[in-house]
Amino acid sequence: MIIIFAVNKCSIDMSPRIKRIRKVVNPPSVKGFKPFGIQDKKGSTEAVNVLTEEYEALRLCDYKMYSQYDASVMMGVSRPTFTRIYASALRKIAIAFVEGRQIDIEGGKIYFDSDWYKCSECHCFFNNPEKDLALTHCPLCGSAHFHRNEEVGLYEPADSEVSEDICVCVGCHYEQRHRHGNPCKQQRCPQCGNIMQRKK
Amino acid sequence: MKVAITSTGNTLESTLDQRFGRCSFFVIYDTDNQSVAYIPNPNKEISEGAGPASVQILAENGVHKIVSGDFGLKVKPLLDSLKIQMIVVKDVQKKVSEIIQSLSH
Repeated sequence: MIIIFAVNKCSIDMSPRIKRIRKVVNPPSVKGFKPFGIQDKKGSTEAVNVLTEEYEALRLCDYKMYSQYDASVMMGVSRPTFTRIYASALRKIAIAFVEGRQIDIEGGKIYFDSDWYKCSECHCFFNNPEKDLALTHCPLCGSAHFHRNEEVGLYEPADSEVSEDICVCVGCHYEQRHRHGNPCKQQRCPQCGNIMQRKK
Repeated sequence: MKVAITSTGNTLESTLDQRFGRCSFFVIYDTDNQSVAYIPNPNKEISEGAGPASVQILAENGVHKIVSGDFGLKVKPLLDSLKIQMIVVKDVQKKVSEIIQSLSH
């Protein structure tokens, strides 16, 4: 009885969790696809809306051949969420293929992000707006010592819903930023190998 | 090439403003002839959309790089599509003159 009451109360008071913003590197080169030579004129002609994040999931997984885990890190979502996005992409494309419907690629909770780099000398972050040209030096100090900023969450936009949580090692108190979808207790400290826990 | 630096004041000794859209001044530094221009930011007190409005001002001035402390979610895709390079300096104490000095490497 109490449990039912609690569940009811939760469903009234609580709004659903906010969707995390998915990172997309480049907008798709086309806005959609059209079928040609339609045989069955009776079928639905309504377009299938593939979200930009679903396009990106398909691009990372099947075009760039990254694993789903790597692709989820690149898009800034958890691995299970990535699989859901990917499954939805396949489902929509299958519907469009079988029913001979048009595909529109638009919408989704996304932002476009270019590659970010970190300079080893002046510690600044910078991006590469010319994606086709490789960078040769830091735009601020001219140093050739810079590296791609692989660490997720090191440079995040200030007003995105980034997890502020920190995982701390129970042994040596080493701290690292919590990554969404990775339970702290399953993480090992990179310095002493002890288990981690959420910092209170 | 023109570089914009977000500044808290209109002197070279002012520190870098950590905000982009609502910074006090934009310092436009021309690397070709070492000239410096100050543009007061009209979007400082605006309640919404300060970032994109500031991007428009800088794009009209033909800026190719922007040095600031942070860029918001609306600004990033806009600058990406305009092919303007973003440089993020997290050092609060950094002066505009120091940035100009390191730019003329």
